[in-house]
Amino acid sequence: MSWLQHLPVLPVVIPLVAGAVMLLFAESRRTTRTFIALSATLANLTVAALLVYMANRGMPEIWPGGIAVYLLGGWEAPFGIVLVADRLSAVMLMLTAVLALASLVYALARWKRMGPHFQSLFQFLIMGVNGAFLTGDLFNLFVFVEVLLAASYGLLLHGLGAARVKAGLHYIAINLAASLVFLIGVSLIYGASGTLNMADLAVRVPGLDDGDRILFEAGAAILGVAFLVKAGAWPLNFWLPAAYGAAAAPVAAAFSILTKVGIYALLRLGSLLSVSGAPAPFNDGWLFGIGMVTLALGTAGMLSVQQPQRLAAYCVIVSAGTLLAALGLGGEGMKGAAMFYLVSSVLATGAFFMLSEMIERTQRFGDNAIDVSLESFGLDDPLDPARPDEVVGIVLPAAMAFLGLSFVSCALLVTGLPPLSGFVGKFMILSAALGTAPLETVSASTWALWAAILGSGLAGIIALCRMGMRLFWSSDEIVTPRLHLTEAAPVAMLLLLSMGLTAGAGPAANYLALTEISLSSPQVYIDAVLGNGLLSSPSFGTGEPER
Amino acid sequence: MEIVYALAIGVLTGSGVWLLLRPRTFQVIIGFSLLSYAVNLFIFGMGRLAVHLPPIIATLDPDPSLFDDPVPQALVLTAIVISFATTALFLVVLLASRGLTGTDHVDGEEEPEP
Repeated sequence: MSWLQHLPVLPVVIPLVAGAVMLLFAESRRTTRTFIALSATLANLTVAALLVYMANRGMPEIWPGGIAVYLLGGWEAPFGIVLVADRLSAVMLMLTAVLALASLVYALARWKRMGPHFQSLFQFLIMGVNGAFLTGDLFNLFVFVEVLLAASYGLLLHGLGAARVKAGLHYIAINLAASLVFLIGVSLIYGASGTLNMADLAVRVPGLDDGDRILFEAGAAILGVAFLVKAGAWPLNFWLPAAYGAAAAPVAAAFSILTKVGIYALLRLGSLLSVSGAPAPFNDGWLFGIGMVTLALGTAGMLSVQQPQRLAAYCVIVSAGTLLAALGLGGEGMKGAAMFYLVSSVLATGAFFMLSEMIERTQRFGDNAIDVSLESFGLDDPLDPARPDEVVGIVLPAAMAFLGLSFVSCALLVTGLPPLSGFVGKFMILSAALGTAPLETVSASTWALWAAILGSGLAGIIALCRMGMRLFWSSDEIVTPRLHLTEAAPVAMLLLLSMGLTAGAGPAANYLALTEISLSSPQVYIDAVLGNGLLSSPSFGTGEPER
Repeated sequence: MEIVYALAIGVLTGSGVWLLLRPRTFQVIIGFSLLSYAVNLFIFGMGRLAVHLPPIIATLDPDPSLFDDPVPQALVLTAIVISFATTALFLVVLLASRGLTGTDHVDGEEEPEP
């Protein structure tokens, strides 16, 4: 028994222990808490990197198929609870860990002092997200989603202020309702099929009789609605701009992974249930329609907002819409392309949220030229005029140059202009949508997706150009902000990672293409979880080509 | 028994949803409580209703119809704890909102008089 065998459980255990231990130290012992939080986040990153390596069959002596199954308490699935790490989970874990590190470092400068227990709540948020990506059964998906939501409620209110409390009230109400819908869906599925383990479910569903099949499909549809609320899909996403726009910057940056939990759940269940024909909304038509409307309304939202952070929130909606529409359209190579876009857009929106807060410091309160229009819509500046943002630290000599360059990079990433990874992701989606078929046979929905994605890119450029001009060029009374090095570094890190993703697009796309192949052959996952004696079989993993 | 049970769930859900759509935060929180009762009963019902049957299988070759399903009972326990905790948290936010805005309207501001 090497310690590596416990690898899949570590992404849940590390943040849980770290968060709990930090509660034991008084709020005044900042150095100790910061040390614990940073080491836990770094350890989490290491474990995620090891899991990515493992999923690429890097540890054949323990998990030859690249799917790590961890039996909690040693009970065999489907009777016990399992954690499963495959390629998809590993990629999502890695993305979470990177984003968590960036947000935490950013928060160290001042945000962690703005309210109690920021660090612990932050670790619990990471624990919930990691658990949701790892769990192999529906009920634990619910539990982990609740863990991440409970932590996110606390984090959203971090720093208080009337705007945050108001947004938080709506956010909590919507998510409580969504959790109840989630529970109804889960229990209907249990009542119809008698199991909650996702792999076992995939095996049992084809054998259901007609009455149970109808109940199961109703349960799956209700569950799908809960996932779509999490994913920020229209018409269930009106809470999102307010909540993400009002949250503290590092919190909003960490939140940009939360909507992807819903996308992940849709992908995972859709893949497993595809054996017997996936029910709505896991099948294609519904997702495509919902995604297109989400994309269109998110684009309209981008054009209508004045504040950078709200603009970033609408970028999250546009990204969710693009992903849902692309996944709904389907086609060969589409899931891999969508995953690439997902990774790129999470890095970009995370950086954008942190950047927008730094940019807002360059504006004097009530100094904006378009403030009149803000007032005419009844919007107030959500930030307290007496915000304690006097950062004591090294003033970067080229603060404005850094902000401007980062803003341009974020804009390029979000809108999908060359040369950064946003362009590569969108290009892969568009190319996968077209497929290899001759042009005459391309369907109308493919052209609709093309038009929507390119149109949203154009609208995004217009919105971002306008905002950039207003923020950096038009105002005479711009204040050179005091940036702490630990605030600039995480934004730079995320943007450099995006550039790395552009430079290394080949290997990354290959990895994600293999992710798609493993998703389209769910039998490998099912056999790994249910342990059909395949661990010793040489033919294990026939669904995937050898690299 | 099933009819009474289903009616109870229906009444609780109906009242819960109605209260949830009301403009006062207190009504919303009572609505959530009623809804979570309904959902908990629903989960419990999904294990099939049975009276006087043990949830623990004690024989080697059991007849499932002689036992109650223990899984929904475990699920409902978890669901009760989670909804209890989140409702308590919601209550705190509700009070904070009342303190900051001076009104118990869910939007933090009173609707204008017609």
